[in-house]
Amino acid sequence: MRGVQRIERPSGLAPSRRRFLVAGAAAGGGLLLGLSLPGLGGRADAAEAAAFAPDAFIRVGRDGRVGFVVPQVEMGQGIYTALSMLIAEELEVPLAAVAVEHAPANDALYANPLLGFQVTGGSTSLRAFWEPLRRAGAAARTMLVAAAAEAWGIDPAACRAEAGAVIDDSGGRRLAYGELAERAARQPVPGAVRLKDPKDFTLIGTPAKRLDTPAKVTGSAVFGIDVRRPGMKIATVAACPVFGGMLKAVDEGPALAVRGVRQVVKLSDAVAVVADHMGAAKKGLEALRIAWDEGANAGFSTADLVRDLEVAAGGTGVSGDQAGDVEAALKGAARTHEAVYRMPFLAHAAMEPINCTVELRGDRCDVWLGTQVATRARAAAAEAAGLPPERVTIHNHLLGGGFGRRLEVDSVTQAVRIARQVVGPVKVVWTREEDIRHDLYRPCYYDRLSAGLDEAGAPVAFRHRVVGSSIVARWIPALFKDGFDFDAVDGAAGPPYGFPNLLVDYVRQEPPAGLATTWWRGVGVTHNAFVVEGFLDELAHLAGADPVAYRRALLDGQPRARGVLDLAAEKAGWGVAVAAGRGRGVSLLSGFGSHMAQVAEVSLAGDGSLRIERVVCAVDCGRVVNPDTVRAQVEGGIIFGLTAALYGEITLERGRVVQGNFDSYRMLRIDETPAIEVHVVQSDEAPGGLGEPGTCGIAPAVVNAVFAATGKRLRKLPIDSSELSAS
Amino acid sequence: MAYTIRVNGARHSVDVDDDTPLLWVLRDLIGLTGTKFGCGMALCGACTVHLDGAPIRSCVTPIESVGESEIRTVEAIGETPAGRAVQKAWTDLEVPQCGYCQSGQIMSAAALIAETPDPDDDDIDSAMSGNICRCGTYLRIRAAIKRAAAEAATQAKGG
Ligand code: FES
Ligand code: FES
Repeated sequence: MRGVQRIERPSGLAPSRRRFLVAGAAAGGGLLLGLSLPGLGGRADAAEAAAFAPDAFIRVGRDGRVGFVVPQVEMGQGIYTALSMLIAEELEVPLAAVAVEHAPANDALYANPLLGFQVTGGSTSLRAFWEPLRRAGAAARTMLVAAAAEAWGIDPAACRAEAGAVIDDSGGRRLAYGELAERAARQPVPGAVRLKDPKDFTLIGTPAKRLDTPAKVTGSAVFGIDVRRPGMKIATVAACPVFGGMLKAVDEGPALAVRGVRQVVKLSDAVAVVADHMGAAKKGLEALRIAWDEGANAGFSTADLVRDLEVAAGGTGVSGDQAGDVEAALKGAARTHEAVYRMPFLAHAAMEPINCTVELRGDRCDVWLGTQVATRARAAAAEAAGLPPERVTIHNHLLGGGFGRRLEVDSVTQAVRIARQVVGPVKVVWTREEDIRHDLYRPCYYDRLSAGLDEAGAPVAFRHRVVGSSIVARWIPALFKDGFDFDAVDGAAGPPYGFPNLLVDYVRQEPPAGLATTWWRGVGVTHNAFVVEGFLDELAHLAGADPVAYRRALLDGQPRARGVLDLAAEKAGWGVAVAAGRGRGVSLLSGFGSHMAQVAEVSLAGDGSLRIERVVCAVDCGRVVNPDTVRAQVEGGIIFGLTAALYGEITLERGRVVQGNFDSYRMLRIDETPAIEVHVVQSDEAPGGLGEPGTCGIAPAVVNAVFAATGKRLRKLPIDSSELSAS
Repeated sequence: MAYTIRVNGARHSVDVDDDTPLLWVLRDLIGLTGTKFGCGMALCGACTVHLDGAPIRSCVTPIESVGESEIRTVEAIGETPAGRAVQKAWTDLEVPQCGYCQSGQIMSAAALIAETPDPDDDDIDSAMSGNICRCGTYLRIRAAIKRAAAEAATQAKGG
């Protein structure tokens, strides 16, 4: 065993605070139940219940319908359904009785218990709400049962709840929740509730139908970009193409000459054209000749960025994980091996381009959008509008993809600045080019690794230096301590593998001001799984060992990680020879509270063109709430990661992002998509996160498969197929 | 220029430049927001609608080229047998994730099935590779198209 302290990301983010259940009566009659987080403006006593009534988590109406204001946002991950299942299970109502609503901005009521404020990200939703929502459902059920018992004058213990009603078997009586809601609101909030024994679950663990699907197949689902307000204008915008640059001058004339254009709005760093419809706004913007003050970054390119990282790699690192004495072990090793891995900037390119609708009326500001961070969006709007946050209302929507992009509020600030110059509501819609060129990018990373092997080839020393920008320092500065970014090393620090001597450290190197980096699907693990799993594969090869067996030998005391590795290997037919020109590669990761192994099978044509034929994935994500959603998230996550592995790269020339639309920033398409098999391990452990691991594990499995097929080791993403054709 | 176009069986009059893409007429002027904007360059398929039954990218279709043709959008695709079958298969197999690309996917798939009642994988590749799904629902799209085709065939047989 090794004495390494594991770094578990979410618990590092915020102390988990106890939430208090509060209950009250709805204005129109009915039971309201909320979870209040003291210390963030939340109140813990029931007397204040009326104050939170409009925003209560759960409402049981007189019609028996259960309203659920969902604290987490739906961006495709199926969370509206999964969280509703938790409540419905304990409340004893059919899932179809639950009507979901988007939550307004309110940290006190809707904070993510793992992260301390209202945020959807990091595959935390189920982990964060697994207990609190079941408790809330159970409390509501207890109060409804108590109400029925009171009405009948019997002991609550003699009653049971089933399918939206309380039943008294001995008296042959039944009262529906709707009839009980008002009386239930007067019952005391139970101090402690008994949660169901998982073996009695009737909903959790079943492939329940998603609540959001019907609207998504009829075109009636409303995303932020679909918002319509009376008198609304549409604006599209061009920010200075050189990041950090400013507007110098623009002649508004050519835009105003376009039919349907109403106005040209100048900001310090951007120009927006306001029109009756997006077609006119775009045409107007294209007609403008804008003079920019390009500023300090006008000469900056990707080559500068990589050189800066390379230089920084020679600096002093901050330790993120340490075991034994890695230097001594390297010196004493039978052989050593070194490598450098590199990963590029990545854009998010959610299908729904960035947009934000704003209406300023006197001392009020209304904002319509889809955001992963409602309270941050409100704060940004308030600041830009010069109003206190209470005067700002965030109307959240379904998100047409998030992937981390909608954890940022730059577009809210910009839209409010534009709206301040426009009379009436204005919807600001970015073109795809603007969306890609003014993203906040996944950091560009430079990783340097060394390992020492003993005579038998086992890795007795493992040293990993991560160099890149710090998202944590910008996004949650309170958690950036002594130069250390826990996310940058996540997946490298605290590996499942038992390296006797390990050193993982971090060197922060930021790009020039004006170019920010942010969260991207899979966060730190997407970067580190590629590096660690690629390098480990190199070590297995040096040791002359089978890549699965080599990993397996390092997994003592890690039954869940070893379990998924074995399962993926078995299902993929690991060890059975592949056809000529083909290769299989494996990856393993533990992250987000889950464990996942992937085996990719690739083929190479004579011209070096690479095809991913098949991916077999085994996942242990603890208890599964909705198995169909788990599969969908893993399938989609793998495809998302494949896009990055094969095509994903944002480059800079003369301070400008080169890529602009889906021709230059390619996405995987249906004809390139491999067969994907997902095998889910049955488990009673607490639920793990699943939105991200699929994305993290695919690139290393693919490069390892390429090595198996060709003997070429790829240490840089995206895969450069010219490297493969040189055979 | 004033144009009158036929959308989902109704006539709509708009006054826009000749080169205005149909997408914005549908979304911003008529208010049919089921049709989505993804790229504006015929690269992603999010804006797919039917023009006399054929799938087109409305983001690069100028209003002046529409004429008397009948436009159908996702809001009315359930009125066609192929569209109905596709929507049902999409629901049965839980295809959508974020859902943003799905209007376009459904329009492309419905056109495929109407034209090619029993599509093979190559047919699906060529009809659907113009539609990007960033959430990666491609495996389910393929399965759902096959299911919808089978269902549409059974329905046709059963009369
Ligand atoms: S928006 Fe028309 S193809 Fe992308
Ligand atoms: S379902 Fe999200 S882009 Fe396709």
